[in-house]
Amino acid sequence: MSKAVTQNSCSYCTPLGASLAFKGIENAITMLHGSQGCATYMRRFLISHFREPIDIASSSFTEETAIFGGGANLHLGLDNLISQYHPELIAVASTCLSETIGDDMNLHIKDYVARKKGESIPFIVPVSTPSYQGSHIEGFYLAVVALVQAFAKGESNPSGPVNVFPGMVSCEDLRYLKEVLKEFDLSYVMVPDYSETLEGGNWEEHHPIPPGGTPIQVLKHTGTARASIEFGQVISDKQSAAKYLAQKHGVTSARIPLPIGIRCTDIFYQTLEEISGKSIPFSLRKNRGRLVDAYGDAHKYVFGKRAVVYGEDDFVLSIASFLLEIGMQLSVCGGSGKGEGFEEKMMQLVNDNHAEVPIIYEGSDFKEIEMAAMEKGADVFIGNSKGYSISRSFDIPLVRVGFPIHDRIGGQRILHLGYKGTLNLLDLITNELIRTKQSLSSVGYSYI
Amino acid sequence: MPAIDVLKARQTQVFKKGQGEFEMDCNRKSLSGAVSQRACVFCGSRVVLYPVADAVHLVHGPIGCAAYTWDIRGSLSSGPELHRLSFSTDLREQDIIHGAEKKMEKSVRDLVAKYQPAAVFVYATCIVGIIGDDVDAVCKKLHRELELPVIPVHSEGFKGTKRDGYRAACDALFKLIGTAEPEKPEPISINIMGEFNLAGEAWIIKNYYEKMGIKVVSVFTGDGRVAEIKQAHRAALNVVQCSGSMLGLAQMMKEKYGTPFIRVSFFGIEDTSNALYDVASFFKKDEIYKRTQELVKSEVAEIYPLLKEYRKKLKGKRAAVYVGGAFKAFSLILALRSIGIDVVLAGSQTGTKEDYEILKDMCDDGTILVDDSNPIELSRFALETRADIFIGGVKERPMAMKLGIGFCDHNHERKIALAGFEGMMNFAKEVHDTICSPVWNYYRKKAWYE
Repeated sequence: MSKAVTQNSCSYCTPLGASLAFKGIENAITMLHGSQGCATYMRRFLISHFREPIDIASSSFTEETAIFGGGANLHLGLDNLISQYHPELIAVASTCLSETIGDDMNLHIKDYVARKKGESIPFIVPVSTPSYQGSHIEGFYLAVVALVQAFAKGESNPSGPVNVFPGMVSCEDLRYLKEVLKEFDLSYVMVPDYSETLEGGNWEEHHPIPPGGTPIQVLKHTGTARASIEFGQVISDKQSAAKYLAQKHGVTSARIPLPIGIRCTDIFYQTLEEISGKSIPFSLRKNRGRLVDAYGDAHKYVFGKRAVVYGEDDFVLSIASFLLEIGMQLSVCGGSGKGEGFEEKMMQLVNDNHAEVPIIYEGSDFKEIEMAAMEKGADVFIGNSKGYSISRSFDIPLVRVGFPIHDRIGGQRILHLGYKGTLNLLDLITNELIRTKQSLSSVGYSYI
Repeated sequence: MPAIDVLKARQTQVFKKGQGEFEMDCNRKSLSGAVSQRACVFCGSRVVLYPVADAVHLVHGPIGCAAYTWDIRGSLSSGPELHRLSFSTDLREQDIIHGAEKKMEKSVRDLVAKYQPAAVFVYATCIVGIIGDDVDAVCKKLHRELELPVIPVHSEGFKGTKRDGYRAACDALFKLIGTAEPEKPEPISINIMGEFNLAGEAWIIKNYYEKMGIKVVSVFTGDGRVAEIKQAHRAALNVVQCSGSMLGLAQMMKEKYGTPFIRVSFFGIEDTSNALYDVASFFKKDEIYKRTQELVKSEVAEIYPLLKEYRKKLKGKRAAVYVGGAFKAFSLILALRSIGIDVVLAGSQTGTKEDYEILKDMCDDGTILVDDSNPIELSRFALETRADIFIGGVKERPMAMKLGIGFCDHNHERKIALAGFEGMMNFAKEVHDTICSPVWNYYRKKAWYE
């Protein structure tokens, strides 16, 4: 047996990721098929990061439900959601409870649709997300696959849009990606796009479902797209929407790293260049120049500094790649995913860069990270706010990026992607290292 | 926007005072698909036991339940901080298929070796019973072999409501009570129950009673210690706050040990004073009563002039109150009134019929009363009643603020002490600072570009 007990987990459960992904579809609401608590805990967890209203329904299992099956509850829940929210889409994600009792969610939904024959009811998309399989990021990817499977129509077409599957990134990242796509004159379908639903403006009246998100009507065009771009290097084929569309609809896929750092962003823009037939726009080239120049400005402050990086596997891989570009050393890399391939990709990156081998964890928890950081030494922690307790006990700065950020405002507005996002990260990390140096110095330098 | 209606099945859980018959149909399971603000049985157990700081809290189940409750409450400890760690057996597919008793056993053994806790609570989550793990038997064996209490908490999420979770927590605590004797029992002593030491509130309250000459044997469960809980049966009186969570334990102690209990609230000047006087009266000692009078007099004298200032500024403002337990709502209504604020919407997640009768009697005509409500109802009623501030938990916060309604956190995640006399000052300040912030001016007017 490997470790029996997990202490201060880096990963969350599978339906959390699915709930987040479904927030990126217009006029959609999610129902978790299981206990009331799952929905409430996940709402609370997401709300504490996004600080936006996030409604997630539950089919509210009782003991009878657990014995006799969840059909009646699911049907009642669908009825109630329709009458209160008037959604176009109800996404139903399973939980460990419904999966363990072997409840056949797909059958219940089929029965429901049959029962409502002749009535106008919303689309209902189920996704299987037991929390004992995978982690939140896998749930996110599975939700995207479920959406594409449900709505994609037709065959790939050279004049079709480009599909963008950005993965679990910030609202600001999504908005930035849309700007970039515009600069390449590309029409696109982005799944999901929660940039408005999870960071909207003030309201004059209550909106049961916040405005924004990719419209359902647009989702069908994922099938006729000219190409798909999917960020992620450790997404299994089963979790890959791009792979699905390639197989079923003949859409060419580019499964590329999350564009953080120069190398990974170059790959992204070159991919867009190929897909659009348009050379990289001047404004983006200028951003690249600025970033290179800033690498120069920062290099002395960051060289050789040891970083502990943790979070979703693909996020860690791209951040790590960026840190190696600026001469930092990787001390610990903790991926939260429960799939495979993270360690291998990490080792490849380290070897390609002839860098010192960090301690690498798959499906890591913060206790492991803490022990490893103690062993390898660290100058900075880079990741979500859940690393705060270690950063505090070590008295080593934490640069808050990724998800979740529960102890600061603005997590949804952090830009990570592209040259511009990398520049933002560079400033954050470098300034944190400078701040440490400045505050540790007895001199109190006012120029650094 | 489509009209928002209260779901038919929920129409007996929403009332407007002064209109029609009143009989709240509460203490029901949440309605499927209604987006209840409630959590589950596990949540009820977890919040009650959470502050016991020298125990290991092992959540037996898939990762979510432990991950979402890691360091979730602002419950402070004066010593060990084991409660702030999140331990999970993180069940995977193989465990579901083959059972996870061994994994749980090994987890307990590892944790006990690593942290030397005074006790271990093992929370059974939804699927544990379904996969057939005999948590009780494993805990019993570990209890014997490790020579420390290893206590199962039956908190399977779907087996009832949050209240059932409170009961499971009380059952777990009850197993500890009476397992140790104090060196010298104190005749004038109490347990404080339902006080979780958020932002140090238990310390404020404990300090009052000690000034009155009353020994506090144990606080359930704020800044809690296993050794103190074990001796709690030797206290002369149980003082129960937050009726929902701990009344059950007080009743069990009364039956088994004959310990009488009284219900109190430490929120607001009126209720805090009553809580102190009621305890003083119980012991029927002149010197205690005199000390209580002096204490209340000096505390009130200190904050009264400041509260008066706040009252001037807040007079006629309107508040919506939606909290976990109904008892908290009672206190909030009184406290808000004391600073000039009217309550226009009041409700709770777990109130009982009797609670709602009291709530109705306390409220003015036109006040809307709700049980186990949801975001659609709450935002609709908050807008309809033109509330200036919403008092609730973190899930209500963005909903209120989106609409330009100020928000004050009165839930277990808050970091400001709101109990006792000084807590009332903090509360008044927070309500004032929220309502009087100029940012709300920008909310409901149309922007220039629209």
